[in-house]
Amino acid sequence: MIAVELFKLVRRLRTWLSVALICALPLLVAIFIAVTHLAPPPGQGSAFLSAVLDNGQLYPAAALALVLPVFLPVAVAVVAGDSVAGEASAGTLRYLLARPVGRTRLLVAKLISVITFVLLAVIAVTVTSYATGVLILGPSRAAAVGTAPGGLSGSIAPGGGGAPTAGLQTGGAVTSLSGAPLTTIELGERVLGAVAFITVSMLGVAAIALFLSTITNSALGAALGSLAVLVASEVLVTLNAATAVQPYLPTRYWLAWIDFFRQPIFWRDIQRGFAIQAVYVVVFLAAAWANFATRDITT
Amino acid sequence: MITTRNVTKRFGRVEAVRSVSLDVREGDRYGLLGPNGSGKSTLVRMLLGLVYATSGEISVLGQRIPRYVGRVLPEIGALIEEPAAYPHLSGRANLRLLDAAGPHGARRTRQRRVDEALERVGLAGIDRRPVRTYSLGMRQRLGLASALVRRPRLLILDEPTNGLDPRGIRDMRELLISLNESGVTIFLSSHLLPEVSALCTRIGVLDSGRLVLEDSLETLQEPTGRVVVSTDDPERAVAALDSLVESRDGGDLVVRSGDPAALNARLVEAGVRVSSLVTQRRSLEEIVLDVTGTGSDQFGVATLAPSLADTPAPAPAPTTNQEIS
Repeated sequence: MIAVELFKLVRRLRTWLSVALICALPLLVAIFIAVTHLAPPPGQGSAFLSAVLDNGQLYPAAALALVLPVFLPVAVAVVAGDSVAGEASAGTLRYLLARPVGRTRLLVAKLISVITFVLLAVIAVTVTSYATGVLILGPSRAAAVGTAPGGLSGSIAPGGGGAPTAGLQTGGAVTSLSGAPLTTIELGERVLGAVAFITVSMLGVAAIALFLSTITNSALGAALGSLAVLVASEVLVTLNAATAVQPYLPTRYWLAWIDFFRQPIFWRDIQRGFAIQAVYVVVFLAAAWANFATRDITT
Repeated sequence: MITTRNVTKRFGRVEAVRSVSLDVREGDRYGLLGPNGSGKSTLVRMLLGLVYATSGEISVLGQRIPRYVGRVLPEIGALIEEPAAYPHLSGRANLRLLDAAGPHGARRTRQRRVDEALERVGLAGIDRRPVRTYSLGMRQRLGLASALVRRPRLLILDEPTNGLDPRGIRDMRELLISLNESGVTIFLSSHLLPEVSALCTRIGVLDSGRLVLEDSLETLQEPTGRVVVSTDDPERAVAALDSLVESRDGGDLVVRSGDPAALNARLVEAGVRVSSLVTQRRSLEEIVLDVTGTGSDQFGVATLAPSLADTPAPAPAPTTNQEIS
């Protein structure tokens, strides 16, 4: 069944179209920046963007920051929201269940298919943006942009309101946000860490969408419902009056992966982010299972 | 093969199926009849474990449903309302995919089983065109093929002739009869009386969620003890038959007689030219309308057919796709 779901995923045009679109945005941005040489000044714009002109190797991090707020969650919500509801409204769900495919097994296969999609999207962005960064923006250039080493350390506003920028350095290696230099290998490790963190964050989105997908027969409804949750969470994250609930909001630690690019890595928010996403994943998957296993299939 | 005991299903405050006790035996071609909204589909879905009964017991192939539905379903082929397929894949790819999804679909034999099923339903020549481009009839055939891929012992078909043209309907009927003769029990639901009449050996009639009739078609359609005589000389026939004539409509007479041959001899003896002489049987339509009330998708209609059964018409089986409701 898992193989069947993966087959359906790769045979679907939507999968590749959405991955291509997610990858296209960073490419577009890179072209603009390369042509104009106008990166946002440090502290403004999307994270890491101010630094990429000076070091194209940093572009994967900038690209992830670009697609994380909207593109990635929208794609994940659409795919996960469609997973059960789409089959229900197309009528194929009843034939799968009558084959028989156990309901739990079906849900697990759907989940694995969604995880595969998330990984595919995140890795595709990372790889294409690395290529973009190196080819279009060029490998690291010795540059002395007026950023004092260490000056950015800890400057990220809680909730991700302010965008961090990478500090810069001389001589080829990338500098961490804290100003200390990173070797290429260290950078690779940290990009991997960021990829893992973003993947898990997206799994939180996927779990919510999958749950909604088991209650409604409308794929669109499930996708929009989960996006509504995210938008609401984003609003509350920036609202001072909601401070009490902020640590539990799904998007509260979404930008914590930026802490992978500090020296040393600032683990506190990363750990909290992993933990809160794990809770969302477990709770919503359990709810999805409980609902789907006992539900009448009437479509 | 299928037995249910007092199965009831409530959706909120609506009772879709009320205390139905069904009995489908091995080798049956069983037709479940009923107006739209009478609970046929809900009942079919309960048999397949898609919808859970509110109360009552269901057993299919000797196993309790829904608990052991996983053991039973591999031996069942099902068509559940409309067929459904992944539109961007070819028919063949759809069958392979569905077969691979569940247990007991040996990969080794898959290709052969898929080809065989496609051939049986008359789709042997389909190419790699996606299902999106199929006609309704082709989709229906594909749906039936997907029910046959596992070489089932029991076929559960909900409205199998939907969307088929007359040739398709005849092909479907011949296929189902030949499958039945090779040992497959067939349970189908329909509101097309002529189809059921031509295909089934036993029928059950659902009305507003209740099973109001279940019997073999042969028993239900036993001769009524009357013979319908058509003649161009009704006066002489009436005179010859005396008090046996029950009613008369132009040249058609309804005559009380259990022995059509003797009746014919008597008419010939009296010099009456007989153009047709038919033993009267109740049509399936009469039988069904007799036991069902207003179709549940109708409102404010006092009674649908003012006691058709009382009208002693010759009523041959209707040849058009006439619906009950």
